[in-house]
Amino acid sequence: MTTHPDIAEPVVELRGVDAGYGERLILSGIDFSVRRGQLVAVMGGSGSGKTTLLRLVSGQLRARKGSVRVFGESLEKISEKELYALRRRMGMLFQFGALFTDLSVFDNVAFPLREHTDLPESMIHDLVLLKLNAVGLRGAATLMPSELSGGMARRVALARSVALDPELIMYDEPFAGLDPISLGVIGQAIRKLNDALGAASILVTHDVVESLSIVDYVYLVSEGKIVAQGTPDEIRASTDPFVHQFIHAEADGPVPFHYPAPPLAESLLESEVAR
Amino acid sequence: MIRLLRALGRLTVDGVWQVGFATRFLFVMLRHSGPSFARFSLTIRELYFSGVLSLVIIVVSGAFVGMVLGLQGYDTLQRFGSESALGSIVALSLLRELGPVVAALLFASRAGSAVTAEIGLMKATEQLTAMDMMAVNPIARVVAPRFWGGVLSMPLLAAIFSTVGVIGGWFIGVVVIGVDNGTFWSQMANSVDFREDVMNGVVKSFVFGWAVSLIAVFQGYDCTPTAEGVSRAITKTVVYSSLTVLALDFILTSFMYIGK
Repeated sequence: MTTHPDIAEPVVELRGVDAGYGERLILSGIDFSVRRGQLVAVMGGSGSGKTTLLRLVSGQLRARKGSVRVFGESLEKISEKELYALRRRMGMLFQFGALFTDLSVFDNVAFPLREHTDLPESMIHDLVLLKLNAVGLRGAATLMPSELSGGMARRVALARSVALDPELIMYDEPFAGLDPISLGVIGQAIRKLNDALGAASILVTHDVVESLSIVDYVYLVSEGKIVAQGTPDEIRASTDPFVHQFIHAEADGPVPFHYPAPPLAESLLESEVAR
Repeated sequence: MIRLLRALGRLTVDGVWQVGFATRFLFVMLRHSGPSFARFSLTIRELYFSGVLSLVIIVVSGAFVGMVLGLQGYDTLQRFGSESALGSIVALSLLRELGPVVAALLFASRAGSAVTAEIGLMKATEQLTAMDMMAVNPIARVVAPRFWGGVLSMPLLAAIFSTVGVIGGWFIGVVVIGVDNGTFWSQMANSVDFREDVMNGVVKSFVFGWAVSLIAVFQGYDCTPTAEGVSRAITKTVVYSSLTVLALDFILTSFMYIGK
């Protein structure tokens, strides 16, 4: 029986988190949580800090301020061994799949099983074929990653990321650059996998239409802050100018089109003087 | 002037930082070297890619270097009526210097650059991050086996280079020019000392193997994950490896032969 997301315990919990690279602060004051059974979308423009949020949750980046808890464990002072123990319960789908180019499709999916279990090769064989069947690519098991299209590579990577039946699955831009059919297939696969595994999932994306149709909850990120959150219906009905601009893909609005710069006339005059 | 000093200072600080980081990287890699031996198939695979696939260039180069030594050695020695010493000259030159040094330079350009490119591209395409996210340490699974594959294949390649070189020198000296076959081999046997010449050559090739392999894996792992970054890392591997091999050769030779 799957626990209802509203009453399930949080799998991921961020409280007042600041994070960044070097001297650059990317995220500030982030409060974020995902419960078991929930599929949560993190949306925002390019460079808004979505992927940094995933890096925080997966322990690739440490928070400068605030607390990050995953499966109830704080990631602040966690050892490498403890982090790897947590990561065995996670799966991550990378933007371009990140398949191992020297391994076949079959061996890519078998990789986590061979590394982390003592299962006999015959059982690994069956499990891999079942995972590949779930993403519709059982027939492509012998192909090499270089022989796959972008959509197929993403589906193989999806099969690999859930090979160990993770309790937390993270997707980094899974829809980027996909044709409409592959996009729909991946979207449905993400929803079904989350429900079948009873997992918690975080979907980082800027594909509004597909995401709102499959997720339970949405966080909108802009300039390193969470500017709006709610269920897909609440987000669609929102009158907030930022949400409206993002959901309806409008060029004009609170999100500036131009990167901060002095007025155009001033820049042109400067170059004139320099000549 | 100030600008020049500042640039020089920055260059020095960057250099020291890089050496420090590479040393720390070496210790981390040694700490994670268990799987390279516990699952020796990982290292065997790298021995094949670094060692076996370098054989063609090593054998061909060894043969030509040996033949050139035969020609040059004979030309010089016959002026003093000492052409019978050709076997000694060819063997000592190859075992002490040319075998380890030229094999290491060729190894850096063929296998070192390939290792850097492979690790760098794995980094650029997020394969290393994906592995890390699967709770598999990429240093243990990807970097260390490539390092040990290089370390183990280098002395073998240098030995093959020297052997083929000696055969090349024999071919030119004995078969083509007509130096006495018995004299060629007996002179060689008399002048070559196992510990002084053969073992010192092995020690050199082993040290070069460490240096070239460390530079290759470090540059790959440390590169900027872009096409330009990988290309720069490959260039650095070849340049730094070659310079390091030549510098180490001088230092090792000083200790082995001059200081005794």
